[in-house]
Amino acid sequence: MARIIVVTSGKGGVGKTTTSAAIAMGLAKKGHKTAVIDFDVGLRNLDLIMGCERRVVYDFINVINGEATLNQALIRDKNCNQLYILPASQTRDKDALSQEGVGKILEDLAKDFKYIVCDSPAGIEKGAHLAMYYADDAFVVTNPEVSSVRDSDRMLGILSSKSRRAEQNQEPIKEYLLLTRYSPERVKLGEMLSVDDVQEILSLHLLGVIPESKSVLNASNSGLPVILDEKSDAGQAYIDIVARYLGEDRPHRFIDDKKGFFGKLFNRSK
Amino acid sequence: MSLLDYFKISKASSAVLAKERLQILVAHERSSRNQPSYLPQLQKELLEVVRKYINVGQDAISVNFEQDDEQETLELNIVLPDIHAKNS
Ligand SMILES: Nc1ncnc2c1ncn2[C@@H]1O[C@H](COP(=O)(O)OP(=O)(O)OP(=O)(O)O)[C@@H](O)[C@H]1O
Ligand SMILES: [Mg+2]
Repeated sequence: MARIIVVTSGKGGVGKTTTSAAIAMGLAKKGHKTAVIDFDVGLRNLDLIMGCERRVVYDFINVINGEATLNQALIRDKNCNQLYILPASQTRDKDALSQEGVGKILEDLAKDFKYIVCDSPAGIEKGAHLAMYYADDAFVVTNPEVSSVRDSDRMLGILSSKSRRAEQNQEPIKEYLLLTRYSPERVKLGEMLSVDDVQEILSLHLLGVIPESKSVLNASNSGLPVILDEKSDAGQAYIDIVARYLGEDRPHRFIDDKKGFFGKLFNRSK
Repeated sequence: MSLLDYFKISKASSAVLAKERLQILVAHERSSRNQPSYLPQLQKELLEVVRKYINVGQDAISVNFEQDDEQETLELNIVLPDIHAKNS
């Protein structure tokens, strides 16, 4: 049985595409055949983050409209042969997506893939709605910042009332918190909401914390999901997240200030 | 900077404020999310009926929906105009 994961947030620019690329790559590298779909019709970006922008011929909408087959539109990743990317259309708008069309594609993909990762657009309009509608699991990407937390809560309400699972009275979507762009130093200074604060407000199961990291920009510059940068903190955080999602028990990292007490004193006096 | 200052930093920080504001907001938004969608219309129609008989203001009626494990309750509150005000 395939598992459909939606990476969602409500608020824009919090790290959904970065996360989608990383976890899809992580799952595929663990040997699970994985497809990652860009639902951001009109503003596609996943292809760039995955480094396959020059190999896009057909897109999601072409497949929905029957202008191309799924096999023609899927792009095999250059680093991992278990990973395939389905790009969004750049020229059409979100109305080109239909619930039946999306459902049909997911059903076809489910025959062949173990995991299907849906990179949601920001907002709560049609694109975001369709990205989450068929999901089994939701990765709620949140920044430690008031508007992002509020939007995540709004999205939780939508997941529990407007999804297929909700409408058909099935077991609800499993929701996970991914707290990204986290700065332990700023939390320590009282300038940023802590992991505990956010978890207390949203009461969600924490899958992992991704620190604010320069490696994310480096990764997107070169078109390689940051999880492939195994030496980087963000890369390791995503590796942990994939392992936890697959059932491994790993202690949380990147929550506490790396610099010890004396390091901090030293730093401050500089 | 002294050692003492180091421990004093996080007092009444902006993160504490953020958390408090979010807790109130999220609790409020969650409770209104669980309300049946007919509530605003019900409130409007009730107000119209009541106003046929009593001269009350727009905000004289509040309809509250509450839900717990055992039951759902609809609480209706109509604030009647001040008698003394009416007589004067
Ligand atoms: N952990 C991180 N550390 C530093 N920068 C990050 C991190 N995660 C994401 N970013 C940066 O934040 C920006 C937005 O990231 P991304 O495109 O993944 O967000 P998004 O939620 O998909 O945005 P949109 O809502 O527009 O689709 C990018 O510039 C990205 O490099
Ligand atoms: Mg995105």
